[in-house]
Amino acid sequence: MQFKHKNLLGLEELSSGEIELILDTADNFKEVSERVIKKVPALRGITIANLFYEPSTRTKISFELAEKRLSADIVNFSKATSSVTKGESLRDTAENIEAMKVDIVVMRHGSSGAHKFLSEFLNASIVNAGDGQHEHPTQALLDMLTLRQRWGTLMGKKVTIIGDIMHSRVARSNIWGLTKMGVKVTICGPPTMMPAEVASMGEGGVKVEYDLRKAIADADAINILRIQLERQKSKLFPSFREYFAVFGISSDILKNVQKDCIIMHPGPMNRGVEISQEVADGERSVILPQVTNGVAVRMAVLFLIAGGRSGETKIRKG
Amino acid sequence: MIKWKNRSEFWITGAKLADPESRKIRAGSIHINNGRIEEVVWKKSIETDLEIFDAEGYLVAPGFIDIHTHLRDPGFEDKEIIATGTAAAAAGGYTSIACMANTNPAIDEPSVVRYILDKNREAGETRLYVIAAVTKGLDGKEINEFHLLKEAGAIALSDDGNFITNSKVMRSALEYAGLLGLPIISHCEDPDLAGDGLMNEGYYSTKLGFSGIPAVSEEIAVARDIALAKLTGSRLHIAHVSTAGSVELIREAKKKGIPVTAEVTPHHLTMDDSLLQEYDRNLKVNPPLRSLEDIKALKKALKNGTVDCIATDHAPHTEIDKQVEFNFAPPGMIGLQTAFSHLYTELVLSGELELIDLVRMMTSAPAKTLGIPGGTLETGVQADLVVIDLDAEWIFNGKVNRSKSFNTPLADRSFNGHVQGTFLAGKWKQMV
Repeated sequence: MQFKHKNLLGLEELSSGEIELILDTADNFKEVSERVIKKVPALRGITIANLFYEPSTRTKISFELAEKRLSADIVNFSKATSSVTKGESLRDTAENIEAMKVDIVVMRHGSSGAHKFLSEFLNASIVNAGDGQHEHPTQALLDMLTLRQRWGTLMGKKVTIIGDIMHSRVARSNIWGLTKMGVKVTICGPPTMMPAEVASMGEGGVKVEYDLRKAIADADAINILRIQLERQKSKLFPSFREYFAVFGISSDILKNVQKDCIIMHPGPMNRGVEISQEVADGERSVILPQVTNGVAVRMAVLFLIAGGRSGETKIRKG
Repeated sequence: MIKWKNRSEFWITGAKLADPESRKIRAGSIHINNGRIEEVVWKKSIETDLEIFDAEGYLVAPGFIDIHTHLRDPGFEDKEIIATGTAAAAAGGYTSIACMANTNPAIDEPSVVRYILDKNREAGETRLYVIAAVTKGLDGKEINEFHLLKEAGAIALSDDGNFITNSKVMRSALEYAGLLGLPIISHCEDPDLAGDGLMNEGYYSTKLGFSGIPAVSEEIAVARDIALAKLTGSRLHIAHVSTAGSVELIREAKKKGIPVTAEVTPHHLTMDDSLLQEYDRNLKVNPPLRSLEDIKALKKALKNGTVDCIATDHAPHTEIDKQVEFNFAPPGMIGLQTAFSHLYTELVLSGELELIDLVRMMTSAPAKTLGIPGGTLETGVQADLVVIDLDAEWIFNGKVNRSKSFNTPLADRSFNGHVQGTFLAGKWKQMV
């Protein structure tokens, strides 16, 4: 199977076969990071620009490491955006960077659809490192890679996503990816953070459950979303202690879940708000393996987007 | 192409005449003298020594009237000026339009009303009516000098773009405007509920990752304004109705005899929120494109009279304004030049709406709604007419666009029914 996409804008546009291909490729790349000399020449001569319009620690580092371990040349550009400050437009910035002959643009941006917008103007390939509340495809891919390593297959498994679904691009990408791979997805969170008609999302829809105990009762994995501090200010829930009391994952509430149920979190964690200290560091937690897998998944995505082989790579399709 | 040299007295013959008042479309002839309609005869041809404008094969109707246009002048002349806005209107078959108050400065001073009317006398291609602001600087706090604004020429009042959130201010405005017989046009939107929403709240806002604008943010505002119209007995007009719930509220209010009218835009009648999946900034409008169920309710409301007329909400923005991330793009699309052809193609040819009702909704109905002249074929009225080739297909592209802006999701779309030109007070304006 060949990867035929010029861009990776989201998981909505990928087939289950293509997701499988990315995960298989990532499995192969995992070993590179275990070597003493953590480098392969796969993307030698390829230039990648990392455009981060939103603060990011782990995603940015993870992409940079992936790029370096593939021997790509990289440039970084970080800038906070706001609707008020009218600096250079996104279009101009991106076109300027492309004019310097960049092959791949990795971008995080606070506006949903920003990558789609950019793709109207760029010849370079675009990889989405998070757009607004829309998608964060590489996060969902690393989540799926982590689950697949545990289970061998994703088909027929049950994953529950908990938290602020409305504002979460991680939730949306996971819903697309997991449902395409045959996973039964349940989402759970306060009604104030549940977007309209979310039950129809993904392939075949998801189950919406407001009762946390019911939502996790038969889950094979629980993915806990970060609660953004500003959501409390906008009155979507009364207080952090109340959130923890109703939707927080503690070892107490995990007493009723399946024996092998695993705990995931995309980070950064608010220990004591959405997840207790004990659970975060507990034996069910795969939070650090997720981070390790992040590098492998991003290597796979960049490698496949670049056309698979350095030297013979032809990605400037125009 | 029609060849015609202007003269003061002549006949238009051979046309299919659309008379919105009697709801008939039949062969007929119009005698025009000195810029006014002298006589309408329901016969295809006429024995006369006067010159004849041969309209064989065309539909002739009263010129269209738009009661919701943003001309952007003064203040945003990069988007539109009166010359280009009225030219786009004329190309769409309009002979009268009414412009909204959210200019810079806002139309909250008699001098701004006069400036606009003067500008139109110099450069306008249609008649122009001015809608003045309800509150100073559209701030929703202090009401303007309605009497002086009316004296300067304003025919209605609106803070369009902003909802007047303070109910006491809106009550005062309605009471005071009622005294002067000026309708207040309300942009109904609860700003707290609409929040940072960018599109209709529903499956597609969830899918695209946008905060949604719930239908109730409009309905709550419509309900409040209807309550205030009932209290004050003053004329309220609801701009760009977009939801099934609003339609229901207006229907109930009319049943109770509350003096409320409403308009609907061509885009809210034809486009739903699923179209936003490509993040096209030209589909970002306020109120947002709603669901298919809302569209169904709006079409029904148009037919049963709950919604009184069609208005474009022509809202020009430059390419630079719109060539940004979706959330930074200003809402609005242009609509004057395509309104008739768009609705003729999508609603009339599909059998959903009768041609005469489309004509009525764009002529006599909007005139009555705002109490402005025009929209009929009565003896003695200004000879403002539109001549349309219903069989002609045309493509709306940048070359034929007459507005200064081209922010439209209808670019390069092909339409049936092409406006050939208008008569403004008996003077022919060739448009193709």
